[in-house]
Amino acid sequence: MNRTWVQRFGFVLLALAALVVVVPILVVIGIIFVRGVEAINWDFLTAMPRDGMKAGGIFPAIVGTLLLTVCTALVAIPVGVGGAIYLSEYARDTWVTRTIRLAIVNLAGIPSVVYGLFGLGMFVLFLQFGTSIVAGALTLAIMTLPIIISTSEEALLTVPTEFRTVSFSLGGTRWQGIRRVVLPQALPGIITGVILGLLRAAGETAPILFTVAAFYLPSLPQSIFDQTMALPYHLYVISTQVPGMPEKMQYGTALVLLLLVLSLSLVATIIRSIFRRRRQW
Amino acid sequence: MVGMSEPEPKIQIDQVSYFYGGEAALKDVTLDVQPNAVTVLFGPAGGGKTTLLRLINRLNDLVEGTERSGRILLDGSDIYAPGIDITALRRRVGMVFALPLPLPGTVRWNVEYGPRLAGIRDQAWLDDTLFRCLSQAAIWEEVKDRLDAPASSLSGGQQQRLCIARSLALEPEVLLLDEPTSGLDPISTGKVEESIYQLKQKYTIIIVPHSVQQAARVADHAAFFLMGELVEHRPGTEIFTMPRDQRAEDYVTGRFG
Repeated sequence: MNRTWVQRFGFVLLALAALVVVVPILVVIGIIFVRGVEAINWDFLTAMPRDGMKAGGIFPAIVGTLLLTVCTALVAIPVGVGGAIYLSEYARDTWVTRTIRLAIVNLAGIPSVVYGLFGLGMFVLFLQFGTSIVAGALTLAIMTLPIIISTSEEALLTVPTEFRTVSFSLGGTRWQGIRRVVLPQALPGIITGVILGLLRAAGETAPILFTVAAFYLPSLPQSIFDQTMALPYHLYVISTQVPGMPEKMQYGTALVLLLLVLSLSLVATIIRSIFRRRRQW
Repeated sequence: MVGMSEPEPKIQIDQVSYFYGGEAALKDVTLDVQPNAVTVLFGPAGGGKTTLLRLINRLNDLVEGTERSGRILLDGSDIYAPGIDITALRRRVGMVFALPLPLPGTVRWNVEYGPRLAGIRDQAWLDDTLFRCLSQAAIWEEVKDRLDAPASSLSGGQQQRLCIARSLALEPEVLLLDEPTSGLDPISTGKVEESIYQLKQKYTIIIVPHSVQQAARVADHAAFFLMGELVEHRPGTEIFTMPRDQRAEDYVTGRFG
């Protein structure tokens, strides 16, 4: 085998590897769009489900997922970003911080169904929140934390140390330097991390399975201590638990979930590019 | 210099030793710094000059695993005394670094940064300060129409003078300059040196120069550092023409560097 040939072969393999990433996402989106788009109309998006979910809309599931995501964000963003700021800006390298980092890595590796069971034991039963939005959002928040913390910390660490030193030298406290210089610089990266984490939370089924999700509840939750339907779980239910379910409703639900998640990610990209453009150094 | 009446020293460095992880960076340094004059700390790299600068405004507090002995007095009071307000100290003792380090923001924002942290919101005062400091740093004419442009859009020399202006905005008493012209072309260097010359009327300046020639140009007093030791220090600049210590002479005359 001569070297040119080996090189060409290598290039082809590498190009294929890169292509392999693109193909599934296009195919998935394509199939779901083609099969689901005919189910989508105003009624499907805004009506309650009827006839054992075989007819009507998925409105409560959409509202439920949005509510869950917002509540998760309310808990996960302050805790996650705060933790990242502590780890990157304040914490010294002691056994305590090493333990925290170890915990974050391991938290990221726990299967989502285990989070679900933890949420059931901790929030639903022990803290007696019941099967509720609070319990579900807290469970999702804990699952999201490692993603938010590690990406935010990464973003904070890319801000040059010199900026902090300069701020100190001008009579700034550590926090003043963080708030006025470091955080604004790290914001695009932090936003990316937050959105990544929330995207995962919005699409997960297992963590909400035992903590919040209702099988069939044709009404909207009245408080955060109510159960709610949610898109991922609803999709699971109508795909496996309801005989004679029209296929287009399954794909329609999947499409709505997908669009929700993709639009969230689009929003993140836009926010990020706005901040990048404003960045000046 | 017996018989010459000296004013009270602005800063007294009293038997200061400093260690990074057990390695001595400064060995028993004692040095008085006179007010309203330029004191030059010079000598080959690794002599402890920058370390000494960073001790005077306590920036080295941020470095872990260090040890210090001895005292540093500012106007007679120990800046390492327990309970001292470090941020207030750093407002009194400004610092300009070897590289131009503008913060990510506009020219105006950079100059106003320190005063705003100190809680000053009076826009009229801030505007006056902006003009005063940029003028003192000999950069006003060049940036007066670009006050709201990003600081990063200035040239290196302009950025460094902006950094000097930024330190001045706090109306410090002492200005520490750590090789402030190391990255600059001769023309910018000349401008920075010119502004140093103007500034010593009002401030006490300690500078680590980037060459012996610069040391000789800007010094009122000079101290020669070698391997963490203060080898020779006398008021005035005769160290450059008649050094007493052989090592100082060898360095000044370029026999080593």
